[in-house]
Amino acid sequence: MKNLFKLFSIIILIITSNSNSFAAEKVEYLKTDWSFKGLFGKFDRASLQRGYQVYTEVCASCHSMKYLSYRNLAEPGGPEFSEAQAKAIAASFEVTDGPNSDGEMFTRPGKLSDKFVMPYDNVKAAQAANGGAYPPDMSVLVKARGGGVDYIYSLLQGYEEAPSNVTLDDGVYYNKYMYGNKIRMAAPLSEGLLEYGDGTNATVEQMSKDVTTFLMWSAEPHLEARHQMGFKAIVYLIILTVLVYFSMKRIWSRVESEV
Amino acid sequence: MSDHDYRPKSKVGQWFNDRLPLLTLANHLTDYPTPKNLNYWWTFGGILTFCLITQIVTGLTLAMHYIAHADMAFESVEHIMRDVNYGWLIRYIHANGASMFFLAVYIHIFRSLFYGSYKAPREIIWIIGIIIYLLMMAAAFMGYVLPWGQMSFWGATVITNLFSAIPLVGEGIVTWLWGGYSVDNPTLTRFFTLHYLIPFLILGLVVLHIWALHVPGNNNPVGIDIKKPSKDTVPFHPYIVIKDGFALLMFMIVFAFFVFYAPNILGHADNYIEANPMVTPAHIVPEWYLLPFYAILRSVPDKLLGVVAMLSAILILAVLPWLDTSKIRSAVFRPLYKQFYWILVADVLILGYVGAMPAEGLYLLIARVATAYYFLHFLVILPVLGFKEKTLPVPLSITEPVLGGSPNLAAARNKESKIE
Repeated sequence: MKNLFKLFSIIILIITSNSNSFAAEKVEYLKTDWSFKGLFGKFDRASLQRGYQVYTEVCASCHSMKYLSYRNLAEPGGPEFSEAQAKAIAASFEVTDGPNSDGEMFTRPGKLSDKFVMPYDNVKAAQAANGGAYPPDMSVLVKARGGGVDYIYSLLQGYEEAPSNVTLDDGVYYNKYMYGNKIRMAAPLSEGLLEYGDGTNATVEQMSKDVTTFLMWSAEPHLEARHQMGFKAIVYLIILTVLVYFSMKRIWSRVESEV
Repeated sequence: MSDHDYRPKSKVGQWFNDRLPLLTLANHLTDYPTPKNLNYWWTFGGILTFCLITQIVTGLTLAMHYIAHADMAFESVEHIMRDVNYGWLIRYIHANGASMFFLAVYIHIFRSLFYGSYKAPREIIWIIGIIIYLLMMAAAFMGYVLPWGQMSFWGATVITNLFSAIPLVGEGIVTWLWGGYSVDNPTLTRFFTLHYLIPFLILGLVVLHIWALHVPGNNNPVGIDIKKPSKDTVPFHPYIVIKDGFALLMFMIVFAFFVFYAPNILGHADNYIEANPMVTPAHIVPEWYLLPFYAILRSVPDKLLGVVAMLSAILILAVLPWLDTSKIRSAVFRPLYKQFYWILVADVLILGYVGAMPAEGLYLLIARVATAYYFLHFLVILPVLGFKEKTLPVPLSITEPVLGGSPNLAAARNKESKIE
């Protein structure tokens, strides 16, 4: 039995250390309290709504979010804008539709069922506008980076003067959390860049936290449902396990063997 | 099987059973005499059956929504995660289910190694098991390709490229596997087809695995042959059913923890980046359960020999029943083998660890030593140990050690003969 636990703990250790070893490139990420972590983790609704504002006013000029639809903004577990608000948001974008009966493409105001409008027509156009670098789609960005939310949160605040031994080309910036420290994106956030609708002070730290929360939701739109169901499932399993344990003891008491 | 004399009670049952003896089979499975001293390591067979069925059921559901096309696969997975009802749950069960499946199969294999379950008369069970394990690796690898992320694409490129090590025809085989001159849409569609097929092959082999098991019956922690049915056995139902059920529930709690609270921890972040043939990831690593073999592959400087070493590392297991020359099955009575067993466990874990690290410097050295030891264990230590090792006295029945482990073997022997 002792060996059992020894082996099991070693396996778990190996598995987790493997997955971590790539994630952390030996840089300590900035830490903050994420409301969505933990057994009962939920998104901070207000933060998500502010995060959407940061995305749409700052990031969206270069970064697409092609897997999201405007209807998602009003769905439970997300920013939970009212349906009227989400409709208004959708309508503020011009969507290319068609072809119509004359065979022409046309534009119309967005609807809830539309996907988020893309900033560029295609990857080439995006690269051309950004000095050759493609601003990655942000729908699942948080899950596509080793450090996850902590990495994105840190990166947004990680812009610094380059150390004297690092030379930067034109259009390249120094970021202490970026892999290789060189990044094509200029520092996107600055104090008072935008004015939050709810009056929250728009510091770089606040905006970073809000937009990262928003990105976490966009990558895992069902995170709240998952946590809720997970808790129920595990409690159910534990209760059932205990009941089965006692039934097993009862049944095995008929033979002299230990279980 | 000693239950041929079973007859259903009802007339209808008898009529049916005379034509198709399903009820005899059901009766055999319920009554199947099982050693009563099986410990929890023996519950992983049942757990693995559960894993296989879970993978098949969730996989079928995913296949209804997934699109096997290079331009649409990644998007269809996101569609499953976002818009399919409980799609996220089904996908996370399937993805983590693969890891759970391998966790269980490794415990199952190492249980067999410890208690000598592969030895006569159970060689066929063992060999079928090795084939199942090989098919599992193929299925898991191809399944990992389907989301068409960066690690999918580059993993597929690295692994399929291994075949190019074959002299003369290697390059041709790789082109044939790919269905083109690089990993692309034809590769994806055929991987999807095979990924769908293999689990059913595994299912068939599992039936054979269990059938072959039911001929000699289970090995047990003491590793001795027992009379069946006897005081040493219990009927499969309810004793083993409830015990397996209890262990399965414990396993499901761990499973649920991964699915609901850490669904992506066992995967690689790069696989959430859509496949891009123009950008190679910094480290290309397989899933954790393939890492020991990946380490063996990379520890050999020559490509062909590396592939040969990696394949031998798995295939050597198939001849294990003949490499292990000891007549004693259970490591409990083999003091030396027991120590070498734990060294082997550590060796495989070390291989797994260095498999995840870059193949350079100290890591490479450790990988080479560990690879050499792996083969040394099977090719030298096991055959020699069978002749040299001084084993401990083995009890005559399971009841004996349970009732106090009387060292008085003669008395026990006397008792046995009286019963007979």
